[in-house]
Amino acid sequence: MDYTLLLDKAILVVIIFVVSLGIAAYATYGERKVAAFLQDRIGPDRAGPFGLLQPIADGVKMFLKEEIIPNASDKFLFIIGPCIFMMTSLMTSAVIPWGKSFNIGGHEFNLQVADLNVGILYIFAVVSIGGYGIMIGGWASNNKFALLGALRASSQMISYELSMGMSIIALLLFNNSLNLRDIVDAQQHGQWNVFYQPLGFLIFLICAFAECNRAPFDLPESESELIGGYHTEFSSMKLGLFLFAEYINMFISSAIIASLYFGGYHFPGIDSLDLSQNLAAIVSVGVFFAKIIFFILFFMWVRWTVPRFRYDQLMRLGWVVLIPLSIINVLITGAWMTFVK
Amino acid sequence: MSQLIFFILSSLTIVSALGVLFAKNPMYSVLSLIVCFFTVAGHYIMLNAQFLAIVHLIVYAGAIMVLFLFVVMLLNLNAETEPHKTSKLKFAAVIAGGVLFLTIIASLKAGIPVGYHLPAKSNIGLVEIVGQKLFTDFLLPFEVSSILFLSAMIGSVVLAKKEKR
Repeated sequence: MDYTLLLDKAILVVIIFVVSLGIAAYATYGERKVAAFLQDRIGPDRAGPFGLLQPIADGVKMFLKEEIIPNASDKFLFIIGPCIFMMTSLMTSAVIPWGKSFNIGGHEFNLQVADLNVGILYIFAVVSIGGYGIMIGGWASNNKFALLGALRASSQMISYELSMGMSIIALLLFNNSLNLRDIVDAQQHGQWNVFYQPLGFLIFLICAFAECNRAPFDLPESESELIGGYHTEFSSMKLGLFLFAEYINMFISSAIIASLYFGGYHFPGIDSLDLSQNLAAIVSVGVFFAKIIFFILFFMWVRWTVPRFRYDQLMRLGWVVLIPLSIINVLITGAWMTFVK
Repeated sequence: MSQLIFFILSSLTIVSALGVLFAKNPMYSVLSLIVCFFTVAGHYIMLNAQFLAIVHLIVYAGAIMVLFLFVVMLLNLNAETEPHKTSKLKFAAVIAGGVLFLTIIASLKAGIPVGYHLPAKSNIGLVEIVGQKLFTDFLLPFEVSSILFLSAMIGSVVLAKKEKR
Protein backbone atom coordinates (compact mmCIF):
# COMPACT_ATOMS: atom_id res chain seq x y z
CA MET A 1 0.00 0.00 0.00
CA ASP A 2 1.43 3.31 -1.07
CA TYR A 3 0.79 5.67 1.81
CA THR A 4 2.22 8.80 0.15
CA LEU A 5 -0.32 8.34 -2.63
CA LEU A 6 -3.07 8.04 -0.06
CA LEU A 7 -1.83 11.18 1.69
CA ASP A 8 -1.65 13.07 -1.62
CA LYS A 9 -5.21 12.13 -2.44
CA ALA A 10 -6.44 12.99 1.06
CA ILE A 11 -4.88 16.46 0.84
CA LEU A 12 -6.35 16.96 -2.61
CA VAL A 13 -9.80 15.83 -1.50
CA VAL A 14 -9.73 18.30 1.41
CA ILE A 15 -8.59 21.13 -0.86
CA ILE A 16 -11.27 20.40 -3.44
CA PHE A 17 -13.90 20.12 -0.72
CA VAL A 18 -12.97 23.51 0.74
CA VAL A 19 -12.70 25.13 -2.69
CA SER A 20 -16.09 23.75 -3.77
CA LEU A 21 -17.74 25.07 -0.65
CA GLY A 22 -15.97 28.42 -0.99
CA ILE A 23 -16.92 28.83 -4.62
CA ALA A 24 -20.48 27.76 -3.90
CA ALA A 25 -20.70 30.29 -1.06
CA TYR A 26 -19.43 33.10 -3.21
CA ALA A 27 -21.60 31.95 -6.10
CA THR A 28 -24.62 32.83 -3.95
CA TYR A 29 -23.17 36.29 -3.51
CA GLY A 30 -22.28 36.43 -7.20
CA GLU A 31 -25.77 35.39 -8.15
CA ARG A 32 -27.32 38.23 -6.16
CA LYS A 33 -24.86 40.73 -7.54
CA VAL A 34 -25.41 39.56 -11.13
CA ALA A 35 -29.17 39.68 -10.61
CA ALA A 36 -28.84 43.17 -9.20
CA PHE A 37 -26.69 44.26 -12.12
CA LEU A 38 -29.11 42.83 -14.69
CA GLN A 39 -32.08 44.44 -12.96
CA ASP A 40 -30.32 47.76 -12.43
CA ARG A 41 -30.12 47.47 -8.66
CA ILE A 42 -27.19 47.56 -6.23
CA GLY A 43 -27.57 44.17 -4.59
CA PRO A 44 -26.23 43.13 -1.19
CA ASP A 45 -23.83 45.80 0.11
CA ARG A 46 -24.35 45.87 3.89
CA ALA A 47 -22.08 43.11 5.24
CA GLY A 48 -18.48 44.11 4.76
CA PRO A 49 -17.01 46.06 1.82
CA PHE A 50 -19.21 45.57 -1.28
CA GLY A 51 -21.22 43.11 0.78
CA LEU A 52 -18.42 40.58 0.53
CA LEU A 53 -19.25 39.04 3.91
CA GLN A 54 -22.83 38.37 2.82
CA PRO A 55 -22.33 34.58 2.32
CA ILE A 56 -21.03 34.26 5.88
CA ALA A 57 -23.96 36.21 7.22
CA ASP A 58 -26.33 34.01 5.23
CA GLY A 59 -24.65 30.88 6.52
CA VAL A 60 -24.91 32.00 10.13
CA LYS A 61 -28.54 32.87 9.55
CA MET A 62 -29.22 29.43 8.11
CA PHE A 63 -27.60 27.72 11.08
CA LEU A 64 -29.42 29.77 13.68
CA LYS A 65 -32.91 29.39 12.20
CA GLU A 66 -35.37 27.15 13.95
CA GLU A 67 -35.27 23.61 12.72
CA ILE A 68 -38.70 22.20 11.99
CA ILE A 69 -39.36 18.58 11.15
CA PRO A 70 -43.03 18.09 10.27
CA ASN A 71 -44.91 15.63 12.46
CA ALA A 72 -46.35 13.72 9.53
CA SER A 73 -43.02 13.32 7.82
CA ASP A 74 -40.80 10.28 7.67
CA LYS A 75 -38.05 11.61 9.91
CA PHE A 76 -35.18 9.40 8.83
CA LEU A 77 -35.73 10.02 5.13
CA PHE A 78 -36.48 13.67 5.77
CA ILE A 79 -33.01 14.11 7.24
CA ILE A 80 -31.18 11.87 4.83
CA GLY A 81 -32.64 13.48 1.67
CA PRO A 82 -30.64 16.74 1.76
CA CYS A 83 -27.57 14.79 2.91
CA ILE A 84 -27.69 12.56 -0.17
CA PHE A 85 -28.17 15.56 -2.43
CA MET A 86 -25.18 17.35 -0.93
CA MET A 87 -23.00 14.25 -0.90
CA THR A 88 -23.59 13.39 -4.54
CA SER A 89 -22.94 16.93 -5.67
CA LEU A 90 -19.59 16.85 -3.84
CA MET A 91 -18.72 13.38 -5.14
CA THR A 92 -18.75 14.40 -8.79
CA SER A 93 -15.56 16.40 -8.43
CA ALA A 94 -13.47 13.25 -7.88
CA VAL A 95 -12.66 12.59 -11.53
CA ILE A 96 -12.13 16.14 -12.76
CA PRO A 97 -8.51 16.92 -13.66
CA TRP A 98 -7.90 20.31 -12.08
CA GLY A 99 -4.56 21.08 -13.68
CA LYS A 100 -1.18 19.83 -14.72
CA SER A 101 0.77 17.90 -12.11
CA PHE A 102 3.01 19.67 -9.61
CA ASN A 103 6.53 18.48 -8.84
CA ILE A 104 7.52 19.14 -5.25
CA GLY A 105 11.03 17.93 -4.46
CA GLY A 106 10.95 15.19 -7.08
CA HIS A 107 7.54 14.02 -5.91
CA GLU A 108 4.83 14.14 -8.57
CA PHE A 109 1.59 15.65 -7.26
CA ASN A 110 -1.29 14.80 -9.57
CA LEU A 111 -4.22 17.22 -9.48
CA GLN A 112 -6.90 14.60 -10.02
CA VAL A 113 -8.35 12.51 -7.25
CA ALA A 114 -9.24 9.43 -9.27
CA ASP A 115 -7.94 8.84 -12.78
CA LEU A 116 -10.73 6.45 -13.73
CA ASN A 117 -10.78 5.06 -17.23
CA VAL A 118 -14.57 5.48 -17.16
CA GLY A 119 -14.43 9.04 -15.85
CA ILE A 120 -17.43 10.49 -17.68
CA LEU A 121 -19.60 7.51 -16.89
CA TYR A 122 -18.73 7.93 -13.23
CA ILE A 123 -20.05 11.49 -13.38
CA PHE A 124 -23.21 10.20 -15.01
CA ALA A 125 -23.72 7.58 -12.35
CA VAL A 126 -23.31 10.10 -9.55
CA VAL A 127 -25.58 12.64 -11.22
CA SER A 128 -28.29 10.06 -11.75
CA ILE A 129 -28.11 9.21 -8.06
CA GLY A 130 -28.33 12.88 -7.11
CA GLY A 131 -32.00 12.82 -8.04
CA TYR A 132 -32.67 10.51 -5.11
CA GLY A 133 -31.85 13.27 -2.66
CA ILE A 134 -34.63 15.41 -4.09
CA MET A 135 -37.06 12.52 -4.46
CA ILE A 136 -36.53 11.20 -0.96
CA GLY A 137 -36.61 14.66 0.59
CA GLY A 138 -39.75 15.62 -1.32
CA TRP A 139 -41.57 12.41 -0.54
CA ALA A 140 -40.60 12.31 3.12
CA SER A 141 -41.99 15.83 3.69
CA ASN A 142 -45.50 14.39 3.27
CA ASN A 143 -46.62 17.51 1.48
CA LYS A 144 -48.29 17.46 -1.91
CA PHE A 145 -46.33 20.41 -3.21
CA ALA A 146 -43.07 18.85 -2.16
CA LEU A 147 -44.10 15.56 -3.76
CA LEU A 148 -45.02 17.32 -7.01
CA GLY A 149 -41.70 19.14 -6.98
CA ALA A 150 -39.83 15.91 -6.39
CA LEU A 151 -41.68 14.17 -9.21
CA ARG A 152 -40.95 17.04 -11.54
CA ALA A 153 -37.29 17.06 -10.59
CA SER A 154 -36.77 13.37 -11.12
CA SER A 155 -38.71 13.10 -14.36
CA GLN A 156 -36.85 16.13 -15.66
CA MET A 157 -33.53 14.55 -14.71
CA ILE A 158 -34.36 11.24 -16.39
CA SER A 159 -35.54 12.94 -19.56
CA TYR A 160 -32.51 15.16 -19.94
CA GLU A 161 -30.01 12.49 -18.94
CA LEU A 162 -30.85 10.67 -22.16
CA SER A 163 -29.87 13.44 -24.52
CA MET A 164 -26.92 14.33 -22.30
CA GLY A 165 -25.69 10.76 -22.66
CA MET A 166 -26.14 10.91 -26.42
CA SER A 167 -24.11 14.09 -26.70
CA ILE A 168 -21.40 12.39 -24.65
CA ILE A 169 -21.46 9.40 -27.00
CA ALA A 170 -20.65 11.71 -29.92
CA LEU A 171 -17.80 13.15 -27.88
CA LEU A 172 -16.49 9.67 -27.15
CA LEU A 173 -16.59 8.73 -30.81
CA PHE A 174 -14.53 11.80 -31.48
CA ASN A 175 -12.00 11.43 -28.66
CA ASN A 176 -11.81 7.65 -28.36
CA SER A 177 -11.68 7.76 -24.60
CA LEU A 178 -13.89 7.88 -21.53
CA ASN A 179 -11.05 9.16 -19.40
CA LEU A 180 -11.44 12.84 -18.60
CA ARG A 181 -7.71 13.51 -18.54
CA ASP A 182 -7.31 11.94 -21.99
CA ILE A 183 -10.16 14.06 -23.31
CA VAL A 184 -8.63 17.21 -21.86
CA ASP A 185 -5.16 16.40 -23.15
CA ALA A 186 -6.51 15.74 -26.65
CA GLN A 187 -7.55 19.42 -26.77
CA GLN A 188 -4.09 20.65 -25.91
CA HIS A 189 -3.33 22.94 -28.85
CA GLY A 190 -6.51 24.93 -29.02
CA GLN A 191 -8.38 22.11 -30.76
CA TRP A 192 -11.27 22.49 -28.38
CA ASN A 193 -14.04 19.97 -28.79
CA VAL A 194 -16.59 22.76 -29.04
CA PHE A 195 -15.33 23.52 -32.56
CA TYR A 196 -15.85 19.94 -33.67
CA GLN A 197 -18.98 19.24 -31.65
CA PRO A 198 -20.99 22.49 -31.66
CA LEU A 199 -24.35 20.72 -31.68
CA GLY A 200 -23.24 18.28 -29.02
CA PHE A 201 -22.05 21.17 -26.89
CA LEU A 202 -25.36 22.97 -27.22
CA ILE A 203 -27.28 19.84 -26.23
CA PHE A 204 -24.93 19.18 -23.33
CA LEU A 205 -25.26 22.76 -22.11
CA ILE A 206 -29.06 22.70 -22.16
CA CYS A 207 -29.08 19.35 -20.39
CA ALA A 208 -26.64 20.64 -17.80
CA PHE A 209 -29.04 23.48 -17.02
CA ALA A 210 -31.86 20.99 -16.67
CA GLU A 211 -29.83 18.61 -14.51
CA CYS A 212 -28.88 21.43 -12.15
CA ASN A 213 -32.55 22.47 -11.88
CA ARG A 214 -31.50 25.95 -12.87
CA ALA A 215 -33.72 28.49 -14.57
CA PRO A 216 -35.17 28.29 -17.20
CA PHE A 217 -35.67 24.69 -16.05
CA ASP A 218 -36.25 25.32 -12.34
CA LEU A 219 -39.76 23.86 -12.38
CA PRO A 220 -39.16 21.57 -9.39
CA GLU A 221 -39.04 24.64 -7.19
CA SER A 222 -41.11 27.11 -9.16
CA GLU A 223 -42.49 29.27 -6.40
CA SER A 224 -45.48 30.58 -8.33
CA GLU A 225 -46.91 27.07 -8.71
CA LEU A 226 -45.44 24.90 -5.96
CA ILE A 227 -44.54 27.30 -3.10
CA GLY A 228 -40.97 26.00 -2.73
CA GLY A 229 -41.21 22.72 -4.61
CA TYR A 230 -39.36 19.82 -3.09
CA HIS A 231 -37.87 21.89 -0.29
CA THR A 232 -41.14 23.46 0.87
CA GLU A 233 -41.04 21.77 4.27
CA PHE A 234 -37.34 22.13 4.88
CA SER A 235 -35.97 24.76 7.16
CA SER A 236 -32.70 25.84 8.70
CA MET A 237 -29.54 24.16 7.47
CA LYS A 238 -31.37 21.31 5.73
CA LEU A 239 -32.82 23.90 3.39
CA GLY A 240 -29.32 25.37 3.30
CA LEU A 241 -27.91 22.05 2.12
CA PHE A 242 -30.41 21.88 -0.73
CA LEU A 243 -29.72 25.44 -1.85
CA PHE A 244 -26.00 25.11 -1.37
CA ALA A 245 -25.77 21.82 -3.25
CA GLU A 246 -27.41 23.52 -6.20
CA TYR A 247 -24.52 25.96 -6.37
CA ILE A 248 -21.98 23.17 -6.02
CA ASN A 249 -23.73 21.36 -8.86
CA MET A 250 -23.43 24.52 -10.91
CA PHE A 251 -19.72 24.76 -10.12
CA ILE A 252 -19.08 21.12 -10.99
CA SER A 253 -21.09 21.21 -14.20
CA SER A 254 -19.20 24.33 -15.25
CA ALA A 255 -15.98 22.40 -14.59
CA ILE A 256 -17.25 19.48 -16.66
CA ILE A 257 -18.36 21.68 -19.54
CA ALA A 258 -14.99 23.44 -19.48
CA SER A 259 -13.02 20.20 -19.48
CA LEU A 260 -15.16 18.36 -22.04
CA TYR A 261 -15.63 21.11 -24.58
CA PHE A 262 -13.29 24.00 -23.78
CA GLY A 263 -9.92 22.36 -23.31
CA GLY A 264 -9.98 22.09 -19.53
CA TYR A 265 -6.77 23.45 -18.07
CA HIS A 266 -5.13 23.97 -21.48
CA PHE A 267 -5.10 27.18 -23.39
CA PRO A 268 -3.58 27.85 -26.79
CA GLY A 269 0.05 28.91 -26.58
CA ILE A 270 0.83 27.54 -23.13
CA ASP A 271 3.80 25.58 -24.53
CA SER A 272 5.39 28.61 -26.18
CA LEU A 273 5.64 30.35 -22.79
CA ASP A 274 8.20 27.74 -21.70
CA LEU A 275 7.33 27.78 -18.01
CA SER A 276 8.82 25.54 -15.35
CA GLN A 277 6.64 22.62 -14.36
CA ASN A 278 5.25 24.05 -11.14
CA LEU A 279 4.58 27.45 -12.66
CA ALA A 280 2.86 25.80 -15.61
CA ALA A 281 0.74 23.82 -13.17
CA ILE A 282 -0.29 26.99 -11.34
CA VAL A 283 -1.12 28.72 -14.61
CA SER A 284 -3.13 25.73 -15.81
CA VAL A 285 -5.18 25.68 -12.60
CA GLY A 286 -5.77 29.41 -12.99
CA VAL A 287 -6.89 28.98 -16.58
CA PHE A 288 -9.23 26.18 -15.63
CA PHE A 289 -10.81 28.23 -12.86
CA ALA A 290 -11.19 31.21 -15.17
CA LYS A 291 -13.15 29.01 -17.57
CA ILE A 292 -15.24 27.61 -14.71
CA ILE A 293 -16.08 31.08 -13.42
CA PHE A 294 -17.03 32.17 -16.92
CA PHE A 295 -19.54 29.32 -17.11
CA ILE A 296 -20.89 30.02 -13.64
CA LEU A 297 -21.53 33.61 -14.71
CA PHE A 298 -23.15 32.26 -17.87
CA PHE A 299 -25.48 30.13 -15.75
CA MET A 300 -26.46 33.23 -13.79
CA TRP A 301 -26.83 35.38 -16.86
CA VAL A 302 -29.26 32.88 -18.38
CA ARG A 303 -31.20 32.58 -15.14
CA TRP A 304 -31.91 36.27 -14.96
CA THR A 305 -32.61 36.66 -18.68
CA VAL A 306 -34.76 33.74 -19.82
CA PRO A 307 -38.20 33.15 -18.31
CA ARG A 308 -39.18 29.77 -16.92
CA PHE A 309 -40.57 27.09 -19.22
CA ARG A 310 -43.98 25.55 -18.76
CA TYR A 311 -43.80 21.91 -17.75
CA ASP A 312 -45.17 20.49 -21.00
CA GLN A 313 -42.77 22.73 -22.95
CA LEU A 314 -39.91 21.35 -20.89
CA MET A 315 -40.89 17.76 -21.65
CA ARG A 316 -41.45 18.50 -25.31
CA LEU A 317 -38.05 20.16 -25.56
CA GLY A 318 -36.41 17.18 -23.94
CA TRP A 319 -38.10 14.33 -25.77
CA VAL A 320 -39.12 15.78 -29.13
CA VAL A 321 -36.33 18.23 -29.86
CA LEU A 322 -33.17 17.32 -27.97
CA ILE A 323 -33.21 13.52 -28.27
CA PRO A 324 -33.66 13.43 -32.08
CA LEU A 325 -31.04 16.18 -32.40
CA SER A 326 -28.58 14.26 -30.29
CA ILE A 327 -29.20 11.05 -32.26
CA ILE A 328 -28.53 12.98 -35.46
CA ASN A 329 -25.38 14.34 -33.86
CA VAL A 330 -24.19 10.82 -33.03
CA LEU A 331 -24.90 9.68 -36.60
CA ILE A 332 -23.07 12.62 -38.14
CA THR A 333 -20.08 12.14 -35.85
CA GLY A 334 -19.99 8.43 -36.59
CA ALA A 335 -20.13 9.05 -40.33
CA TRP A 336 -17.40 11.69 -40.03
CA MET A 337 -15.13 9.39 -38.06
CA THR A 338 -15.69 6.52 -40.50
CA PHE A 339 -15.51 8.21 -43.88
CA VAL A 340 -13.62 11.48 -43.49
CA LYS A 341 -11.07 11.02 -40.79
CA MET B 1 -6.92 -5.15 2.94
CA SER B 2 -9.01 -6.27 -0.03
CA GLN B 3 -10.16 -9.22 2.06
CA LEU B 4 -11.50 -6.84 4.69
CA ILE B 5 -13.26 -4.72 2.06
CA PHE B 6 -14.72 -7.85 0.52
CA PHE B 7 -16.23 -8.97 3.80
CA ILE B 8 -17.61 -5.54 4.63
CA LEU B 9 -19.15 -5.24 1.15
CA SER B 10 -20.59 -8.72 1.27
CA SER B 11 -22.18 -8.27 4.65
CA LEU B 12 -23.63 -4.94 3.50
CA THR B 13 -24.99 -6.63 0.39
CA ILE B 14 -26.67 -9.37 2.37
CA VAL B 15 -28.07 -7.02 5.00
CA SER B 16 -29.51 -4.64 2.40
CA ALA B 17 -30.94 -7.55 0.38
CA LEU B 18 -32.66 -8.82 3.49
CA GLY B 19 -33.82 -5.28 4.14
CA VAL B 20 -35.66 -5.34 0.80
CA LEU B 21 -37.66 -8.33 2.00
CA PHE B 22 -38.30 -7.36 5.58
CA ALA B 23 -38.91 -3.63 5.40
CA LYS B 24 -42.52 -2.81 6.30
CA ASN B 25 -42.60 0.35 4.25
CA PRO B 26 -42.22 -0.21 0.48
CA MET B 27 -40.22 3.02 0.29
CA TYR B 28 -37.57 1.48 2.54
CA SER B 29 -37.60 -1.70 0.45
CA VAL B 30 -36.80 0.30 -2.65
CA LEU B 31 -34.08 2.24 -0.87
CA SER B 32 -32.41 -0.88 0.49
CA LEU B 33 -32.52 -2.36 -2.99
CA ILE B 34 -30.62 0.73 -4.16
CA VAL B 35 -28.04 0.21 -1.40
CA CYS B 36 -27.80 -3.43 -2.49
CA PHE B 37 -27.06 -2.34 -6.07
CA PHE B 38 -24.35 -0.03 -4.78
CA THR B 39 -22.63 -2.79 -2.89
CA VAL B 40 -22.85 -5.08 -5.92
CA ALA B 41 -21.19 -2.32 -7.93
CA GLY B 42 -18.51 -2.29 -5.24
CA HIS B 43 -17.95 -5.99 -5.87
CA TYR B 44 -17.53 -5.27 -9.57
CA ILE B 45 -14.87 -2.70 -8.75
CA MET B 46 -13.11 -5.26 -6.55
CA LEU B 47 -12.97 -7.48 -9.65
CA ASN B 48 -11.46 -4.56 -11.61
CA ALA B 49 -14.60 -4.31 -13.75
CA GLN B 50 -15.00 -0.54 -13.52
CA PHE B 51 -17.10 -0.24 -16.64
CA LEU B 52 -19.55 -2.88 -15.50
CA ALA B 53 -19.75 -1.28 -12.06
CA ILE B 54 -20.55 2.16 -13.41
CA VAL B 55 -23.02 0.92 -16.00
CA HIS B 56 -24.68 -1.16 -13.33
CA LEU B 57 -25.09 1.98 -11.23
CA ILE B 58 -26.36 4.09 -14.12
CA VAL B 59 -28.85 1.55 -15.41
CA TYR B 60 -30.12 -0.04 -12.21
CA ALA B 61 -29.57 2.47 -9.43
CA GLY B 62 -29.92 5.53 -11.64
CA ALA B 63 -32.75 4.67 -14.01
CA ILE B 64 -34.75 1.60 -13.08
CA MET B 65 -34.93 2.28 -9.36
CA VAL B 66 -36.07 5.84 -10.03
CA LEU B 67 -39.08 4.36 -11.81
CA PHE B 68 -39.68 2.00 -8.87
CA LEU B 69 -39.51 4.96 -6.53
CA PHE B 70 -41.93 6.86 -8.76
CA VAL B 71 -44.50 4.09 -8.55
CA VAL B 72 -44.14 3.78 -4.79
CA MET B 73 -44.38 7.53 -4.30
CA LEU B 74 -47.43 7.91 -6.53
CA LEU B 75 -49.38 4.92 -5.30
CA ASN B 76 -48.51 5.81 -1.70
CA LEU B 77 -48.43 2.16 -0.68
CA ASN B 78 -48.59 1.59 3.02
CA ALA B 79 -48.44 -1.47 5.20
CA GLU B 80 -52.15 -1.01 6.08
CA THR B 81 -53.52 -0.53 2.59
CA GLU B 82 -51.46 -3.28 1.02
CA PRO B 83 -53.67 -6.30 0.26
CA HIS B 84 -52.58 -9.34 2.23
CA LYS B 85 -51.94 -12.49 0.28
CA THR B 86 -53.83 -15.62 1.19
CA SER B 87 -51.89 -18.32 3.00
CA LYS B 88 -52.19 -20.63 -0.02
CA LEU B 89 -50.40 -18.04 -2.15
CA LYS B 90 -47.74 -17.52 0.51
CA PHE B 91 -47.16 -21.27 0.66
CA ALA B 92 -46.77 -21.51 -3.11
CA ALA B 93 -44.40 -18.53 -3.11
CA VAL B 94 -42.18 -20.10 -0.46
CA ILE B 95 -41.96 -23.36 -2.41
CA ALA B 96 -41.23 -21.59 -5.70
CA GLY B 97 -38.59 -19.40 -4.07
CA GLY B 98 -36.99 -22.41 -2.40
CA VAL B 99 -36.78 -24.27 -5.69
CA LEU B 100 -35.19 -21.26 -7.36
CA PHE B 101 -32.71 -20.95 -4.50
CA LEU B 102 -31.83 -24.63 -4.84
CA THR B 103 -31.25 -24.24 -8.57
CA ILE B 104 -28.96 -21.28 -8.04
CA ILE B 105 -26.99 -23.09 -5.34
CA ALA B 106 -26.66 -26.16 -7.55
CA SER B 107 -25.43 -24.16 -10.53
CA LEU B 108 -23.00 -22.16 -8.38
CA LYS B 109 -21.63 -25.34 -6.84
CA ALA B 110 -20.42 -26.50 -10.24
CA GLY B 111 -18.86 -23.14 -11.06
CA ILE B 112 -15.36 -21.95 -10.33
CA PRO B 113 -15.14 -20.28 -6.93
CA VAL B 114 -14.05 -16.67 -7.43
CA GLY B 115 -12.90 -15.17 -4.18
CA TYR B 116 -11.58 -11.75 -3.35
CA HIS B 117 -8.05 -12.81 -4.37
CA LEU B 118 -8.12 -12.39 -8.11
CA PRO B 119 -5.28 -12.34 -10.56
CA ALA B 120 -4.10 -8.76 -10.40
CA LYS B 121 -4.32 -8.20 -14.14
CA SER B 122 -7.90 -9.24 -14.77
CA ASN B 123 -9.13 -6.72 -17.32
CA ILE B 124 -12.38 -8.44 -18.12
CA GLY B 125 -14.66 -5.59 -17.19
CA LEU B 126 -12.79 -2.66 -18.71
CA VAL B 127 -14.57 -0.77 -21.44
CA GLU B 128 -12.30 -1.76 -24.35
CA ILE B 129 -12.51 -5.46 -23.59
CA VAL B 130 -16.26 -5.42 -23.13
CA GLY B 131 -16.72 -3.48 -26.37
CA GLN B 132 -14.49 -5.78 -28.37
CA LYS B 133 -16.19 -8.88 -27.03
CA LEU B 134 -19.64 -7.47 -27.72
CA PHE B 135 -18.85 -6.53 -31.29
CA THR B 136 -16.89 -9.66 -32.27
CA ASP B 137 -17.77 -12.82 -30.36
CA PHE B 138 -21.23 -11.79 -29.23
CA LEU B 139 -22.34 -9.65 -32.14
CA LEU B 140 -25.49 -11.61 -32.97
CA PRO B 141 -26.88 -11.81 -29.40
CA PHE B 142 -26.05 -8.14 -28.96
CA GLU B 143 -27.95 -7.10 -32.09
CA VAL B 144 -30.85 -9.40 -31.34
CA SER B 145 -31.22 -8.01 -27.85
CA SER B 146 -31.11 -4.47 -29.22
CA ILE B 147 -34.00 -5.35 -31.54
CA LEU B 148 -35.80 -6.74 -28.51
CA PHE B 149 -35.32 -3.42 -26.73
CA LEU B 150 -36.53 -1.49 -29.75
CA SER B 151 -39.67 -3.58 -30.01
CA ALA B 152 -40.30 -3.10 -26.28
CA MET B 153 -39.98 0.65 -26.70
CA ILE B 154 -42.33 0.73 -29.68
CA GLY B 155 -44.73 -1.50 -27.80
CA SER B 156 -44.86 0.84 -24.85
CA VAL B 157 -45.46 3.83 -27.12
CA VAL B 158 -48.29 1.97 -28.88
CA LEU B 159 -49.87 1.04 -25.54
CA ALA B 160 -49.61 4.61 -24.26
CA LYS B 161 -51.20 5.99 -27.44
CA LYS B 162 -54.05 3.53 -27.32
CA GLU B 163 -55.13 4.64 -23.88
CA LYS B 164 -55.54 8.22 -24.97
CA ARG B 165 -57.55 7.79 -28.17
